[in-house]
Amino acid sequence: MPTSRITARFDKVKAENRAALVAYLMAGDPDLETSFDSMCALRDNGADIIEIGAPFTDPMADGPSIQRAGLRALANHTKLIDVIGLVARFRETDHATPVILMGYANPVHSLGYTAFAEAAHAAGIDGTILVDLPPEEDAELRAEYAKHDLSVIRLATPTTHEARMAKVADGASGFVYFVAVNGVTGAGSADPESIAGNVEMVRRVSGLPVCVGFGVKNGAQAAEMAKIADGVVVGSAFVEHAQSAHESGDYSKAPWGMGALAGELSAAIAAVVKA
Amino acid sequence: MDLRNTWDKWPDANGRFGEFGGRYVAETLMPLILDLEKEYRAAKLDPAFKAQMDDMWAHYVGRPSPLYFAERLTEHFGGAKIYFKRDELNHTGAHKINNCLGQVLLAMRMGKTRIIAETGAGQHGVATATICARFGLKCVVFMGETDVERQKPNVFRMRLLGAEIVPVSSGTGTLKDAMNEALRDWVTNVDDTFYCIGTAAGPHPYPEMVRDFQSIIGIEAREQILEREGRLPDAVMACIGGGSNAIGLFHPFINDEGVRLIGVEAAGHGIETGEHAAALNGGRPGILHGNRTYLLQTDDGQIVDAHSISAGLDYPGIGPEHAFLRDTGRAEYLSCTDNEALAAFQLCTQLEGIIPALEPAHAIARVGDVLETMDKDGLLIMNLCGRGDKDVFSVAKALGFEI
Repeated sequence: MPTSRITARFDKVKAENRAALVAYLMAGDPDLETSFDSMCALRDNGADIIEIGAPFTDPMADGPSIQRAGLRALANHTKLIDVIGLVARFRETDHATPVILMGYANPVHSLGYTAFAEAAHAAGIDGTILVDLPPEEDAELRAEYAKHDLSVIRLATPTTHEARMAKVADGASGFVYFVAVNGVTGAGSADPESIAGNVEMVRRVSGLPVCVGFGVKNGAQAAEMAKIADGVVVGSAFVEHAQSAHESGDYSKAPWGMGALAGELSAAIAAVVKA
Repeated sequence: MDLRNTWDKWPDANGRFGEFGGRYVAETLMPLILDLEKEYRAAKLDPAFKAQMDDMWAHYVGRPSPLYFAERLTEHFGGAKIYFKRDELNHTGAHKINNCLGQVLLAMRMGKTRIIAETGAGQHGVATATICARFGLKCVVFMGETDVERQKPNVFRMRLLGAEIVPVSSGTGTLKDAMNEALRDWVTNVDDTFYCIGTAAGPHPYPEMVRDFQSIIGIEAREQILEREGRLPDAVMACIGGGSNAIGLFHPFINDEGVRLIGVEAAGHGIETGEHAAALNGGRPGILHGNRTYLLQTDDGQIVDAHSISAGLDYPGIGPEHAFLRDTGRAEYLSCTDNEALAAFQLCTQLEGIIPALEPAHAIARVGDVLETMDKDGLLIMNLCGRGDKDVFSVAKALGFEI
């Protein structure tokens, strides 16, 4: 059961008294084969959950690193069905690592919510984060997800006050992704102390694990965030290894670099013992 | 559903025009647009806000704009009477300022001190920079790199007016990318910044708010034609990019079901070539920039770049109310190619002594076809929403002149 894959993973992480490492990469950047190798490298080096990015021409919530990653993936003609196919391939040998598809609403809307939910479930995708589909607009998608036990993972931000959080929590499952800074991906980092109260509020209102992302690039920052969060999301820093691979023409640099970074981050997170 | 005489009731509480519109934004912006909606509702009911708008309209923008009987163009076609609603005579030379004025006054009411805007041709950027200069507000305009290069006079105008121009190189460096970058700025600067969107699109309440500010066009036109002709027109007509000038003209006539509403999209090199900006005639519904509407997109839901000789129509989407009016059949949407618009641009200039912008030249190009479907004693109002000074360089180039 897909949702239980996410729940089981958080149970395991909690039993180990640590936070989870959530790693993001863009599918098809620099190509799908490399993305597959990178997913395996991330898992093998301590990533607890993988977020696989689906490229979109107009990523209005992303900073330059992920924008470029999306354009590289699109230049390779990476389609939404290819992203789903990539997860299906990963699932052939990995039955435990939750995989979340992250992207924008239009490609999913274009495929059709019903068809997407069926295909995502069949491929072993556990849930989605669709940045521009707030709770006000996802009822139709949620109805389809309910048939396949797919999670709607919602975003909360520093602008999400407590009254609004009830709306964000309603219908959410898996975990809540707390965006640490007002801004785009890869932008400045947040001071964990300044958002600790928000994270606690999100956890209390939603009753779900809270993963914190945006601006986390290295082990030291990840360790600080691990003190207040149930999971730490790292994106742009992983994606930059795909960019190096693309620029050098040596695609093996992507899984190698991502694996090394995952190792550093997971060790730093594991060193923070949670109560 | 029976929609008769309820056309003006939209959008609904969820910001929807039928199945179009909505609020498709990142969570960071949700509290902001909900707050904006609340503030807009309050301003709408406040007589002081209306008085301030009326005063600025009369003494700064130059409203009401005339309703002009285009006598020689009428003779040329030999059919129904053609009237121009002359919004090209507004301060800054287009209808854009109607909306900028409303949004900036609202921003000031909300205590915002920094105004951001996207612009393609630069008309909305110039109008926003103008109002910001007038009220002493900081203004930042996002403009695609490609557009900065091809619209140099407007870039200079905005700089003279004190605006900061941010060239956008992401994506393809055109209007849609400028809008993406403005949204990225807004999620980063949530406290002091107001996003002044230039067309009747984006997340709710923008399509409604921009329509309401632009409706001054149709409100005046309705009064003026009743005074001139003693009756309502048979059709009203306007060009469509995002669709703000068109919805502004249409909306005050929307419950008058005897009045045909006709929009003209930019067909670029021809819809069949794939190089056009006709979202309604050549696109399908999707989600972009905060709303569900017709979009130019691939089979995989990736957005396709629009093409039009007119930078003001060069956008792959369209306001959600037009999507609704199209699907319900209340309005008709035609299209016009670059070459047809160029011919109409010259025709209007030669017969009426009015150099129209390339945008309304698209509507002028379809006037002849529309007249063929009307009685000889019919009345047509076309919105001449912008003047053509800004286009003389591109028209000269297209016609093979060097200036």
